Amino acid sequence: MIKQIIFIITLLLTLGIFSYTIFNLIALFKLTKTFPIRNFGKRFLIMLKVALGQSKIFRKPVLGLMHALVFWGFCVISVGSIEMVIDGVSGSEKSLSFLGIIYKIILFSGDVFAAIVLVMITLFIGRRVFLKIKRFNGIEMTHKTHLDAYIALTMILLLMLSLLGMNTFYISSNNNIAEIKGFYPISNFLTTIIGNGEEDANLYQFFWWIHILLIFIFANILPYSKHFHVFLSVPNVFLSRLEPLGKLYNMDNVTKEVKIMMNPETAYAAGDPNAVPERFGVKDAEDVSWKNYFDALTCTQCGRCTSVCPANITGKKLSPRKLMMDLRARMREKGPELIKNGKSYADNKSLNKEYFSYEEIWACTTCNACAQECPVNINHPSLIVDMRRYLVMEEGEAPSGIKAAFSNVENNGAPWQFSSEDRLLWTKEISQ
Amino acid sequence: MEYIEVPILSECFAKGKKPEYLFWVGCLGSIDDRAKKISRAFCQILSACEVDYAILGKEETCCGDPVRRAGNEMLYQMQALTIIEMLKMYEVKKIVTFCPHCFNTFKNEYPDLDAEFEVIHSTIFLENLVEQGKLKINPDIFNKNIITYHDACYLGRANNIYDTPRNLIDKLTGNRTEMNRCRSYALCCGAGGAQMFKEAEKGNKEIFIERIEEVLEIKADIIATACPYCMVMLSDGIKYKNEEEKISNYDIIELIAKSLL
Repeated sequence: MIKQIIFIITLLLTLGIFSYTIFNLIALFKLTKTFPIRNFGKRFLIMLKVALGQSKIFRKPVLGLMHALVFWGFCVISVGSIEMVIDGVSGSEKSLSFLGIIYKIILFSGDVFAAIVLVMITLFIGRRVFLKIKRFNGIEMTHKTHLDAYIALTMILLLMLSLLGMNTFYISSNNNIAEIKGFYPISNFLTTIIGNGEEDANLYQFFWWIHILLIFIFANILPYSKHFHVFLSVPNVFLSRLEPLGKLYNMDNVTKEVKIMMNPETAYAAGDPNAVPERFGVKDAEDVSWKNYFDALTCTQCGRCTSVCPANITGKKLSPRKLMMDLRARMREKGPELIKNGKSYADNKSLNKEYFSYEEIWACTTCNACAQECPVNINHPSLIVDMRRYLVMEEGEAPSGIKAAFSNVENNGAPWQFSSEDRLLWTKEISQ
Repeated sequence: MEYIEVPILSECFAKGKKPEYLFWVGCLGSIDDRAKKISRAFCQILSACEVDYAILGKEETCCGDPVRRAGNEMLYQMQALTIIEMLKMYEVKKIVTFCPHCFNTFKNEYPDLDAEFEVIHSTIFLENLVEQGKLKINPDIFNKNIITYHDACYLGRANNIYDTPRNLIDKLTGNRTEMNRCRSYALCCGAGGAQMFKEAEKGNKEIFIERIEEVLEIKADIIATACPYCMVMLSDGIKYKNEEEKISNYDIIELIAKSLL
């Protein structure tokens, strides 16, 4: 009974802190622009393939498999975690065991996966410590981001150790084998090495508590860490764009203006004249769509985007990963101030200057290698183009060569200075 | 040299003819000396296959891709809406183009502005002609060459066209080879997103040099492209590396035009 009460208080505390975090995040999302989501059937299929099937992470086959094993392990193990919460609240033990054979399969694979995840995480930590992985470095990767990675990896390591400890002492503390619910191959083996002491029942309780408390702490650390992707990557894949990568979104507010320009008679019919014109493109964190911000929160800084970026490969400052990190950091800095002081708040800084600078914005070739590579379907180029849209349409800012291309298209219908009268010269030279 | 007529849409229209296809030449195909050769080669194939087509000629203008990607949505939409109006006036139903940038913009972006055209990239168009038996390729012209294909971003990643260009090359040679970064992993030539029109940002290498070094690592003597932007960059790269003896850059269209039976 005391255990039950302590557990419920701990759970409520956990949920309370978590709700506070989510509540704050929703307030930040409210600052962002709308972005329509349709076609749920197709999204579901993409989620199955890319998220549950891990199809894009397999673009690097070996590491892909390692990550996939961790991910699938998490999926199975979380069923056991849900059971622990039910047990804790209701004061029962192994409350899902009525599921019979399914229960046995889940606990069996959970036990096996705990060992597999343990090995994988050890390898991941070893890789970070001993191998110099190029994509873990870059101007955006600081001591803090590396620490963030180590904290998450250590947490997962401890989660798996406590799970195996819990399973092992659950088995060894049960004298009657027939009473043991579920089947645990790895822990069964471990009992031959460590179990069978008088303290086993207490050790079982100890690891049970350690494991569930780690989960509660982990869940509340994640939203402030790059490892928020544990929660957000599956929904982010569900929300991914369905259009071909080459397509840019149409700016309907521009269409309205262009149509008025091309056909002035329609100007009178063009809606509310007092409406405040929306800012074109993205200057700062509040100009992005909620989906852009969702991308930024989902990004786990794996750097696959940056490792394939042609600009970055050739030594330019541009790094698509940095864009996601900058957006998240800028929102964290400016968002709460916007909520407190209203939409007109300004701090003389902006996403496109102090964070993701002109030098980075203009280096993108829109080749979409980053978007293709991202395991959670983040789309960086469309946001970069949105940032260019702001610079060009609101500030008239662009590299001189691009300004010349603009005026050439305006004056002679080609981005080069070349008269449209000469567009047929090539036909005079055809022979057959 | 014998001249052939390239049909102009306005002239056809005046005579009451409505050609089945509009061949959208694109800015590079119209005005860049190297890319003009692709336009000529394509017309050669179209006449050889008796395709009913026309070009816009002096009425053609920029599709808006580079200015859009450089952030000038206003100018892009002005171009796009003007073009859509003109094509609707000429009752154009099918557009074929060899520029993946024009292709992508027409296919994926113009529909947002109420355009309803079927848009076909030259590689798909040629593959269809082969399948219909209209285009016959002599397999002996390039069969001794080792050809590699450089994926254009706006065909590959942007529109998932990876196999068609390769299938066409396979009809020319049995010696097609791949670079390390190919298909969806392919490295950009460095020209897209309006980079063509500006100086590159500070770095330690130009992107096209990085790509051409990768081309030179493999034993290919022809690098086939399907994008005039890639052609400008890669041909520059070959010149820069003084490797014109070792490797040449052709559009797939040119290779096929030289292999017409």
